[in-house]
Amino acid sequence: MTKSVSPLVEGRTGPWEVIIGLEVHAQVSSQAKLFSGSSAAFGAGPNEHVSLVDAAMPGMLPVINRFCVEQAVRTGLGLNAEINLVSVFDRKNYFYADLPQGYQISQFKQPIVGEGSINITLSDGSSRDIGIERLHLEQDAGKSMHDQHPTKSFIDLNRSGVALMEIVSKPDMRSAEEAAAYVSKLRAILRFLGTCDGNMEQGSLRADCNVSVRRPGEPLGTRTETKNLNSIRFIAQAINSEVARQIEILEDGGTIDQETRLFDNATGQTRPMRSKEDAHDYRYFPDPDLLPLKLDAAWVDQIRDTLPELPDALRARLLNQYGLTPYDASLISEDRAVAAYYETAAAGQDAKIVANWMTVELFGALNKMGLDLADSPVKPEQLGKLVARITDGTISGRIAKDVFALMLESGADPDQVIEEKGFKQVSDTGAIEAMIDAVLADNADKVAEYRGGKDKLFGFFVGQVMKASQGQANPGVVNGLLKQKLDG
Amino acid sequence: MSDLLSLTAVAARSALDKKECSASELTAAYLKAIEDTADNNAYVAVTAEKAMDMAKASDTRLAKGEGGALEGIPVGVKDMFCTKGVETTASSQILKGFVPTYESTVTSHLWADGAVMLGKLNCDEFAMGSANETSVFGPVTNPWTAASGDLKGKALTPGGSSGGSAAAMAARSCLLAPGTDTGGSIRQPAAFCGMVGLKPTYGRCSRRGIVAFASSLDQAGPITRDVADCALMMTSMAGHDAGDSTSIDAPMPDLMAALSTGVKGMRIGIPDQYTLEGMNQEIVALWEKGRAWLEDAGASCVPVSLPHTQYALPAYYIVAPAEASSNLARYDGVRYGQRVEGATLDDMYAKTRGAGFGDEVKRRILIGTYVLSAGYYDAYYIKAQQVRRLIQQDFLTVFEQVDALLTPSTPTAAFPLGEKMDAVSMFLNDVFTVPANLAGIPAISVPSGLSSDGLPLGLQLIAPALREDTLIRGAAVIEKAAGFDYVATGAAS
Amino acid sequence: MLLPLQQLFVTRLVITPMTIDKDTIPRIARLARLEIAPERQSALSEELASILSWVEQLNALDTSAVEPLASVTGHDLPLRDDIVTDGNDPDAVLSNAPEKTSNFFVVPKVVE
Ligand SMILES: [Mg+2]
Ligand SMILES: [Zn+2]
Repeated sequence: MTKSVSPLVEGRTGPWEVIIGLEVHAQVSSQAKLFSGSSAAFGAGPNEHVSLVDAAMPGMLPVINRFCVEQAVRTGLGLNAEINLVSVFDRKNYFYADLPQGYQISQFKQPIVGEGSINITLSDGSSRDIGIERLHLEQDAGKSMHDQHPTKSFIDLNRSGVALMEIVSKPDMRSAEEAAAYVSKLRAILRFLGTCDGNMEQGSLRADCNVSVRRPGEPLGTRTETKNLNSIRFIAQAINSEVARQIEILEDGGTIDQETRLFDNATGQTRPMRSKEDAHDYRYFPDPDLLPLKLDAAWVDQIRDTLPELPDALRARLLNQYGLTPYDASLISEDRAVAAYYETAAAGQDAKIVANWMTVELFGALNKMGLDLADSPVKPEQLGKLVARITDGTISGRIAKDVFALMLESGADPDQVIEEKGFKQVSDTGAIEAMIDAVLADNADKVAEYRGGKDKLFGFFVGQVMKASQGQANPGVVNGLLKQKLDG
Repeated sequence: MSDLLSLTAVAARSALDKKECSASELTAAYLKAIEDTADNNAYVAVTAEKAMDMAKASDTRLAKGEGGALEGIPVGVKDMFCTKGVETTASSQILKGFVPTYESTVTSHLWADGAVMLGKLNCDEFAMGSANETSVFGPVTNPWTAASGDLKGKALTPGGSSGGSAAAMAARSCLLAPGTDTGGSIRQPAAFCGMVGLKPTYGRCSRRGIVAFASSLDQAGPITRDVADCALMMTSMAGHDAGDSTSIDAPMPDLMAALSTGVKGMRIGIPDQYTLEGMNQEIVALWEKGRAWLEDAGASCVPVSLPHTQYALPAYYIVAPAEASSNLARYDGVRYGQRVEGATLDDMYAKTRGAGFGDEVKRRILIGTYVLSAGYYDAYYIKAQQVRRLIQQDFLTVFEQVDALLTPSTPTAAFPLGEKMDAVSMFLNDVFTVPANLAGIPAISVPSGLSSDGLPLGLQLIAPALREDTLIRGAAVIEKAAGFDYVATGAAS
Repeated sequence: MLLPLQQLFVTRLVITPMTIDKDTIPRIARLARLEIAPERQSALSEELASILSWVEQLNALDTSAVEPLASVTGHDLPLRDDIVTDGNDPDAVLSNAPEKTSNFFVVPKVVE
């Protein structure tokens, strides 16, 4: 693997370096909320998943969810980060309609997880480490709807108090592609760990993008923060549009305002938040309703011992154990379900052929059918058996595609399809010789041309024989016999 | 029975068992006493129908021999406790009309033990005040009046913030009253009204369902007529609550047994720093008497030093407003309480909070916001938390030498209502009570004598964390020796 | 006769005269979302200054080596199980709302 070099963006007046840091909010995959017993599930009616604690009723107090603490630790371990055995919950004070307490319980000075890193691979095959600054636990806010009424906003507190892990990167990314790769990798790690479902459409994973530009070698420029991006495509679009905007302003002699911006999905552009919030002064202080969170080192070790294989380790193993290409290994290691499917299918088979069938034929077909891998009509054992029938010579690769198409339709076993449709490959030299003789006899003129030096016609004869056999002749045998007869 | 109102809770409970009276009769007598003493403005809501229903249910249980520890005992509830189905305002305009759908853990314990709810009691707005003058319902009048001197004829404060609770107890318009104490809000009014007031160890009583003032200091506790009632009520109020992360999971010592244990062999510290220059000589004399009473009962009293005492009050007036400024952010006119409409969300917030909070609450929100704001946090808030550590350390050190501390409860007796006082002077009311809140340790005020003007004065005992039994032991001895059996002139009969 | 409270402690106070600039009250009132009547501002400013002057006496103590104390209880943060035990009662949540519609709280429109 090669280290990538910082890509520069060429402006009208020279090159610019782009500096990107991301704050990702990942919803913990818990049943209940971080500090209350109401459900954290998505999709309930307004204010149904709300307890008196979430609505900040007078005298209602927070009590923390053990599972959420454990998931933060697991995630920290998965990010190769230091786990802080003592962490503190602070109040971040500000007023907003969907923040019932008037403060968010978060971790400011002493987060539960400290520095770590994520390794990303780019399309050119290069890779780099992106530093993690910290991970802390905090409450989500509720949801405001501004488009339901001409003069009112509606407030739903279902998300209020849902547990989030805020994962803050170092400003280590230099392009939208790197940012996208970082979020993809982070999401893969979270999913492997099972600590967050990574569902961006439902808001389980959102990113705030801090972007600035500078002349190479110069000090950091002023950054803007574009909030709440909920797809990897939007993250890339928002960064690219922000980079273009900032360079344009700077090259025109202007300055960048440090501000919070919003991304418009329709235009692919960012715009400043219209509600110009006054200079933030969050007045953080330790939440007196909670006590310092102390973790038992032995408990942390126990969690460490139960960590699953993570994407990097899996990818390395796929490369070593199965001899896959780096590309296939990356593709298959992105998702644990994909990897599991692959490893089941490849068991005892030619691993490379299985990988090829999976990434090309299976993924292509599922994509067309709009199906997830979990719903694939072809089960991994069946795909493995299909490859086995190719390698043991029962069917040809071409016939295998027909068999596969029928398997997709019916979910049937490959052997059953081969048997029923009579796809079994003909390797009997006598039968094939007879077919060859007939083809050569019917095309005496072409035989003469071939023998006169027109080598290209060999393919024509193979095609004719295969056609005569209805595709069932073993192509290797056909090739060999044809050569003997024509050249011999 | 002829004089139901004169019975203590322990006596009334025994009378109920002996069928000398019924819970319904007892409750009816208190409901009448509420009417008779309505002038003192102690009650902000009387739940007469609910009270009679609860009393009837108590009678049913008593008849079956299933009466609880507080069965049939009429209780007045400070309006800081959320009471299910009964308006709860914290004596603030901003919470007017708020009807909780839930009950505070502490009051739940009282009802589970059979107590009867009479109504809600006035207090300082969000418990911020020491004279019960910041309430949106207006001030409460102390049932005690001066018999002579400059204060004669003047309406006096019951103290605060649990002013309505202490006044109702002194007026005999309730038999038990749970209060809340953030810097002295149980002990100071109890002292001003001739009642026993106990602030337990931080975490003894669940804070769940109590309107928060300053979360790291707030504790609920009993205001009672005597020390035995205090032991009885404290036992009922306390208990671990999984709904409050700061709740303590430790058994309460047997407080009823502690009533008769005595103080023989106990070491009592007399802190040098609680002697203030220019302090009222009557209070100094009473303090001296208290020491003699304890020694007569077999305790040994020694001078001790709590060197950081003088810094407790200023540290408190940083920590408490800081927490309050955050705790009161939820009163924003969105989910409950009063709203004043505005053109924008921020406009609505500012108008709602500007109109909903009184001057004292606003002042504390501003101080709290200021000391937490960027550039001031370390100089004020962190500094105060450091001083808080020194104060706690003072107590930890001194409790290696002594079992408890004896101090006056307040630097003065009750003062006139409406007395013009600047904020800092008003804060000085809490000078003897605040240190125990900062350190999270239990303290009790026991009525111990009258001033020459005829107003009640209290002595305070302070004990190490979890040693409420030590307080009850010492308080029972002081109570017996003081023989305080005076009744306020404004008491119902 | 009881002494006025003002006389207590006075000799112990180390009052550093302190002023607050005229923008302070509006700034913190804005942070706290508190509408303050203009005629109250200067009085409040003085009150705040006098309280802050009074707390300045803490500076007489060297606390550089003291760990700040945020909570007095010695115990650790209790952890609860991840079980849904609450919610599903929008009526209770909305029962005190000053303005609501179809189970939403309603506020003046916010422009983001
Ligand atoms: Mg952010
Ligand atoms: Zn966050």
